[in-house]
Amino acid sequence: MVEALKTAIAERLADLEMVIGWEMGFDALHATPLFIREEGDLHRLTLGPLAVHNLATYLPGLKGKKVGVVVKGCDSRSVIQLANEGLIKREDITVFGLCCDGVISHRKLREALPADLGFVEQATWHSDRLQAVVAGHAVEVRLQDILADKCISCRYPNALAADVLVGAARTPAPQPVPCQDAFDALPQAEKLAFWEATMARCIRCYACRNACPLCVCRDHCIATTRDPLWLGQENSPAENFMFQMIHVLHLAGRCTECGECERSCPVDIPLLLLRRSMNRVTEELFDYQAGTTPGQTPPLLTFQVEEARINERGW
Amino acid sequence: MDRFLAASQLTALADDLAQTGPVLAPIAEGGSVVFRWYRPGMRIELSRMASTSPKAATFPQTEPLLAVRREGEAKTPTVEATLPPRSRTVVLGCRPCGARGKEIFGPVFLGGVHDPYFARRREDALFMAVVCTRPETTCFCTSVGGGPADTVGVDVLLIPVEGGFVARSVTAAGEKVLAHALFAEAGARSAEADAVIAKANAAMPPQDDFRTAPEKLLARFDDKDFWERQSAKCISCGACTYMCPTCYCFNITDDDLGLESRRIRTWDNCMSYLFTLEGSGHNPRPTKAHRLKNRVSHKFSYYPTIHSGTIACCGCGRCIKHCPVGVDIRAIVRAAQEYGG
Repeated sequence: MVEALKTAIAERLADLEMVIGWEMGFDALHATPLFIREEGDLHRLTLGPLAVHNLATYLPGLKGKKVGVVVKGCDSRSVIQLANEGLIKREDITVFGLCCDGVISHRKLREALPADLGFVEQATWHSDRLQAVVAGHAVEVRLQDILADKCISCRYPNALAADVLVGAARTPAPQPVPCQDAFDALPQAEKLAFWEATMARCIRCYACRNACPLCVCRDHCIATTRDPLWLGQENSPAENFMFQMIHVLHLAGRCTECGECERSCPVDIPLLLLRRSMNRVTEELFDYQAGTTPGQTPPLLTFQVEEARINERGW
Repeated sequence: MDRFLAASQLTALADDLAQTGPVLAPIAEGGSVVFRWYRPGMRIELSRMASTSPKAATFPQTEPLLAVRREGEAKTPTVEATLPPRSRTVVLGCRPCGARGKEIFGPVFLGGVHDPYFARRREDALFMAVVCTRPETTCFCTSVGGGPADTVGVDVLLIPVEGGFVARSVTAAGEKVLAHALFAEAGARSAEADAVIAKANAAMPPQDDFRTAPEKLLARFDDKDFWERQSAKCISCGACTYMCPTCYCFNITDDDLGLESRRIRTWDNCMSYLFTLEGSGHNPRPTKAHRLKNRVSHKFSYYPTIHSGTIACCGCGRCIKHCPVGVDIRAIVRAAQEYGG
């Protein structure tokens, strides 16, 4: 698949300022975004289960430039959503879409290994199995055991609205995410207690915000503005949770569940628990899944006098 | 002085120390390991380096500076400095790099300007650091002057040996702690500890030579293209800064609560747009390229240039390991050093 992609990029690179893909990163268990500016960069391009990053995150910052981007199915939804909201110009973007078998959760991988990820000595993929040497121990891990949760529930493994689609189309087989069902079943008081305890760990580094492709305010975010003062700068569970609730609600009808917020969190806060709950409500109320249909208006950017699924006067 | 602490006694030691003052320790929590104010019942996790740094012991993320109170609209408010209470604070189970990190604060907070908040916390803090027996892929302490058994900023070195730790005092304050009843005679274990240290040093990857970094980074100061390429994948968040044991920049804000107000100091982040936004609306660092240039150059060029060559980095690698997009500060410094050559 990677060779076909390289060919496709090489054919179009002359018309583009850059193409964003992935290369291997600081160790054998990490890929990192690659900005391809000339053909000589192409040999570094890599694909596979370590290509975890949603590269659409970079697009609003490159508005006005002709840019190519390599996307998995989930990432392609961000491109569509950004274009639907007018945050990027779709005609400026060349989308190199992948048919995706899923990516890993580094968190799950860490739990599957006998020692921390940082002690990896070598790692190679043999189709859907990872063989690695970690802190002197040889181990083998199956991709299906360390798949990111978003891949378990994935409904769109094949990139949507791609200009170039690479690979053979996969058949989606979405499964419920076990941790979400377990969390949703908790009484409200226990949910609140969970968040109070967990948000005590948050350091307000805003990695969740900046990794989010739809969180485009960034430099002008209300989390740090002084006037009006919405949030104090004190690092406390209450302020931290308030920020996360603002973050979630600003994504209502926009979040594509790419999982970048949770993946980016350096202290492993399961932020997708909030996102999935909200998205379930959005889908129930508006029959809407963000970033699945080009040209569609997001539900909160429009209104209907009578919403079909909101019972306002029926009691 | 060498003493021995059985692994099974670590919790008892933490429980006991926590009775006479705060103890900051790496705790496993929700799949992560983070430094927490220890309370009995918590599980101290030493098998992997904590995501967060022990910086909070000497430089908490939120430090109240002043308390302001007004009894009535017409009355003059009272203003009171809220210095931290005097009490010995033990950092139990950090790595040597984490203990070294706070030393970077010295010339800035205790030099020309004397910061009473930091000074008090620094004076009252005691660091018991665990020797690292195996480097992670992101470790580079030996390239910035440290090492897996480095003693800079450390009061007691805990050297893992069979069945526990040899506790080796580095300072007088450290020696005092070793008088605690839970420590036993080290005996022949001292020799074992020496061998562990020698092996740990030998296990480190080849060092980078950053000696030319200050001038080479400065030479790239006006090279917009260089910094745009280096910062292309950076998402300009604060994970690197807030994980960093040596980052000391802060913000000061007032939390108004009706007739009461607090002035607090909180960690700030040079990767944020607001960090340099001026009152006029002008921002001298408007893009992430400007900001990453500052972040890297401050640590590897500006700081060493004015502080006797000391690099403002302890090589813990947290900024690499926890970067959402894998920005590698070592690679950026190397790129500047090797530029054009």
